[in-house]
Amino acid sequence: MADSGEDLLIRFEELTKTFKVSSRGFGSERITAVDHVSFSIRRGETFGLVGESGCGKSTFSKIALRLVEATSGSVFYEGRDIYKMPFRQLREIRRDMQVVFQDPYDSLNPRLTLEELAAEPLRVHKQGGKAARRERVESLFNDVGLPTSIMGRYPHQLSGGQRQRLCIARTLALSPKFIILDEAVSALDVSIQAQILNLLQDLKKQFNLTYLFISHNLSVVKFASDRIGVMYFGRIIEIAEKRELFSNVLHPYTYALLSAIPGAGLEAEKRRALMQAGAPSIFNAPKGCAFSSRCPWSKDMCGKEPPTLKDMGGGHCAACHFAGELELNLGL
Amino acid sequence: MLKNKHILAGGAIIAVMIFIAIAAPLLTSYDFSELDFASKNKPPAADHVMGTDQYGRDVWSRIAYGARVSLTVSLAAVLIAIVCGSFLGVVSGYLKGKFDFIMGRLIDIMMAFPAILLSLIIGAALGASIRNMCFSIGIPLIPIFYRVARGAAFSVADRTFVMASRSIGSSGVRIMIWHILPNVLPQVFVVLSMGMGGSILAEASLGFLGLGIPQPTPSWGLIVNEGKAFMFTAPWTTAFSGLFIALTILGFNLLGDGLRDHLDPKLRTLSA
Repeated sequence: MADSGEDLLIRFEELTKTFKVSSRGFGSERITAVDHVSFSIRRGETFGLVGESGCGKSTFSKIALRLVEATSGSVFYEGRDIYKMPFRQLREIRRDMQVVFQDPYDSLNPRLTLEELAAEPLRVHKQGGKAARRERVESLFNDVGLPTSIMGRYPHQLSGGQRQRLCIARTLALSPKFIILDEAVSALDVSIQAQILNLLQDLKKQFNLTYLFISHNLSVVKFASDRIGVMYFGRIIEIAEKRELFSNVLHPYTYALLSAIPGAGLEAEKRRALMQAGAPSIFNAPKGCAFSSRCPWSKDMCGKEPPTLKDMGGGHCAACHFAGELELNLGL
Repeated sequence: MLKNKHILAGGAIIAVMIFIAIAAPLLTSYDFSELDFASKNKPPAADHVMGTDQYGRDVWSRIAYGARVSLTVSLAAVLIAIVCGSFLGVVSGYLKGKFDFIMGRLIDIMMAFPAILLSLIIGAALGASIRNMCFSIGIPLIPIFYRVARGAAFSVADRTFVMASRSIGSSGVRIMIWHILPNVLPQVFVVLSMGMGGSILAEASLGFLGLGIPQPTPSWGLIVNEGKAFMFTAPWTTAFSGLFIALTILGFNLLGDGLRDHLDPKLRTLSA
């Protein structure tokens, strides 16, 4: 990739995760949830990862931090491979890398108070005494816009937005450098989404954070990200700077995805025609390009040979045999 | 905690029982083993408030002293079962995989034996004494608590907050103590009452089979069993001792329910 000379914070290399699924009767099948995903994130940027449900986004977020072991591949965080680290060291490095999960109703232990929850990272890493921790929790509450008066309450007494703020406070407790936001706003009301997105932007500036922003919602990713990767069927099929992606689409899937945004300039008829059939079953993935079964431009070779991610100039990569040859103009 | 009516009522019953057990010598005017064949199977009267049994022993004295054995043994037995069962269950449910599989099969083996048979085997192997009695009653109760704890832990382990805790660098031990256990205990407390009842009855059965506490020390189960033959001519022996067993179990039931509610922050704030 073209960004080898830049200040990279984290680099994913050929990350793959397969699951064993026992089928009815005998034996078991392997499905590939994440398929040789490679990309890197620069220090200080927000990388958006979009894709439809079931494309492997969440699995990726878990293997990216080794919360779940990947089947193969490596993750280089500041040059060190976290998959070759002993567990003790991994736990240390997890201070730097945090994750906010999708469901704010399930990501907080209902039996701990807000203060205990926010202080947990500090206790785990044995930082400060009781008083120091309390002080830190108070400042965290201020940072994420929660009143300190509710510190003694329990999670069920909070609204979804407040819970997500608390989750963010937890991730900030250890002053991390890199945060994965795995559908962090998807479960919230639209008005609350905007609040949390703005909060995330402010925190990023304040603490020099780097984000990996995962979502199925293109408008949200467009708002939040500097660079965007499009994921389909466990693979990255297009990566580009945000503006470049929206003005110069190279992959038919991205085109279909973007055209699905209401008001994207295409007539409804045309839009519907773009995405043919449903996503293929994960149990019998197409041999060649995974999108070939739904692609209106599909040719013979698409069904036979899988395309590789090629740099089409300026760090804009696409995995399509005909990248650049198709007329994909949205007029955005 | 005292706002909870269940805890209050259950606690009061158990407190009274414990008081009776401790203060037995002050509350009774007869020796629990004093035979008096002249006045056997006498109904309750002023001199014998709960009547006498077939050897003319004062039933109230026997019940009061019997509380000592019955309460100690059943409490200790349930304690052994809760501690072992929850510990193994939580570890099993959290680790899953091989450990869970092997533990599950071992517990299956234990459950394949009738509890009373298992108590007999352990009791016979260890010999008759109050301490061994606790083990021989407590160990067969482990599978109940193991299964409840393991099932709850299994589902809690999949929740996002467990993953979230791991992502901030928590160790497995920490996750089990801070995140799994607090969410498993309420379910275990509900079974506690069941375990208490079971262990009081198990102690009674063992006593009946001659593997209980050596004579002449009375225990509630023993009193019930001895009185059983005279159920129709002298029902007070079984009735009063049975009443004490039932009351104690009720007390633990109330306490178990109350504790479950008290430990749930959601219910607590609603009632407060």
